[in-house]
Amino acid sequence: MESVARSQSAAGPGASASNEKTLIYRQSRWTRLTHWLWAISLFFMLLSGLQIFNARPQLYIGKQSGFDYNNTIFAIGAENTNAGPRGYTEIFGKRFDTTGVLGWSGPAGQETSRAFPSWATIPSYYDLGTARVIHFFFAWILTTTLIVWLVASTVSGHLRRDLAPRLDDLKRLPQDIIDHAKLKFHHTREYNTLQKMAYGGVLFVLLPLMIITGLAMSPSMDAVLPFLNDLLGGRQTARTIHFTVMVLLVAFFIVHILMILAAGPINELRSIITGWYRTDPPAHDDKTAERSA
Amino acid sequence: MAKFEISRRKFLTGASLGASGIMLSGCDAFDSQLSIGSGLRGFLENANGLTYRAQRLLAGRDALAQEFTEADIRQPQRPNGVTAPDDDVYKGLLANNFADWRLEVSGLVEKPLSLSREQLQNMPSRTQITRHDCVEGWSCIAKWTGTPLSLVLDQAVVKPQARYVMFHCLDTIDRSLSGDIKYYGTIDLVDARHPQTILAYGLNGKPLPVENGAPLRVRVERQLGYKMPKYLYKIELVDGFADVGGGRGGYWEDNGYDWYGGI
Repeated sequence: MESVARSQSAAGPGASASNEKTLIYRQSRWTRLTHWLWAISLFFMLLSGLQIFNARPQLYIGKQSGFDYNNTIFAIGAENTNAGPRGYTEIFGKRFDTTGVLGWSGPAGQETSRAFPSWATIPSYYDLGTARVIHFFFAWILTTTLIVWLVASTVSGHLRRDLAPRLDDLKRLPQDIIDHAKLKFHHTREYNTLQKMAYGGVLFVLLPLMIITGLAMSPSMDAVLPFLNDLLGGRQTARTIHFTVMVLLVAFFIVHILMILAAGPINELRSIITGWYRTDPPAHDDKTAERSA
Repeated sequence: MAKFEISRRKFLTGASLGASGIMLSGCDAFDSQLSIGSGLRGFLENANGLTYRAQRLLAGRDALAQEFTEADIRQPQRPNGVTAPDDDVYKGLLANNFADWRLEVSGLVEKPLSLSREQLQNMPSRTQITRHDCVEGWSCIAKWTGTPLSLVLDQAVVKPQARYVMFHCLDTIDRSLSGDIKYYGTIDLVDARHPQTILAYGLNGKPLPVENGAPLRVRVERQLGYKMPKYLYKIELVDGFADVGGGRGGYWEDNGYDWYGGI
């Protein structure tokens, strides 16, 4: 497989403008395999998770849910108004009309009261039990994948070589932000500073936090790790954090896709499928920052 | 600069079209694979068995659910599911303040029992302030008082072949072509003998109200609310539950919830 890719590069499909560019083997098979397992797991966990949320579309702060007192910080619901039923989303007591998407949605004439719309949930109809089956199946896949990736990346040096932050990264950060804002991308073997922050943030902060807050919601795990909920501020706060991290992961996904499209989707996709990545001409690496400025 | 603006707009448009394409591909695509009994669902449900074994391994027999203080009781226990059984038998028992109610203990036991409320209340009791976690996602902290289930099981002397405790309830939760469906559920003997598993007759220092399961409900503190049946009248020791109801071990289980509700 490697030799095939090399001969492709030698034959030079993009011979005219980019004959200086070279294909390098950038993503190991572990990175590629775990990437796609995460992608699949997160897809199913998101859509089944939104279904689970629909069973109680409120988020609270504390150990329990306030029914006789108010500790709700987020709610999606529907209400009857003079103009008919409307969907609303309430964040810290501030209410927004979200009819058609959140709270009240469905095909014209068949709208129903549901927090997240049926196109965003698995199953499409209300079914908490099935959503839980899917959610916990992929929770095992996601967590196992994270552990496998951590071990493989430590052993292979991927962590130390590609993800560990360095002093240089800090120095490069301002220029990196400017380059990203201008959609100027440098195709090198190394991750840039913002990439390191994004990938490191997802793998070492968001996913572990997702797993920990997920476990904190399990009554049986609370018997094993009773300090967990105290640390997080109570089971309902853990649930609220779980939801918030979901929002951050969705935000990461959107930016991730936008960056891929902007940086060259074919090249980026090839590298995460085959491992091979076309880099910029190496000779000008040092001057790229000035050129783009 | 102008040229650059256009390319950015183009790319944002393309990106949002791509993203909405993924979303619109819709989530009814999986619906048909997910009904109870389908192969894919059966495969996915294996994860619950894994969770069950992993949590039993980690929590063991006696790890206790967190207990709270009086200060944490900030509201009445939120009732859920059936809150006023419409069954004539139940209404008759309620009219007489449950004087004629008995808890039957039967099945794989050496000495079947029939216990009145007074007999249960005269046994040693346990009071615990615990957090009730509903499968829907909410939690509510309350003080429960009741007879440890292990004491009742010891009195009945469980036969060695028994593997589960099945709870039979007085309330009709559903109606089907083959008749009314009464709530029922099962737990394993590890949870049945757990120190916090009690047959509760008291809530927040008062007799258990009807909406919370009077005269008797189960507390299984390391599992979710649907594993704690209300309106109990019979405890049956069984070696399996394949031939009861939908064969999945409980009313909600027959409707798609996992049998193990520890997560």
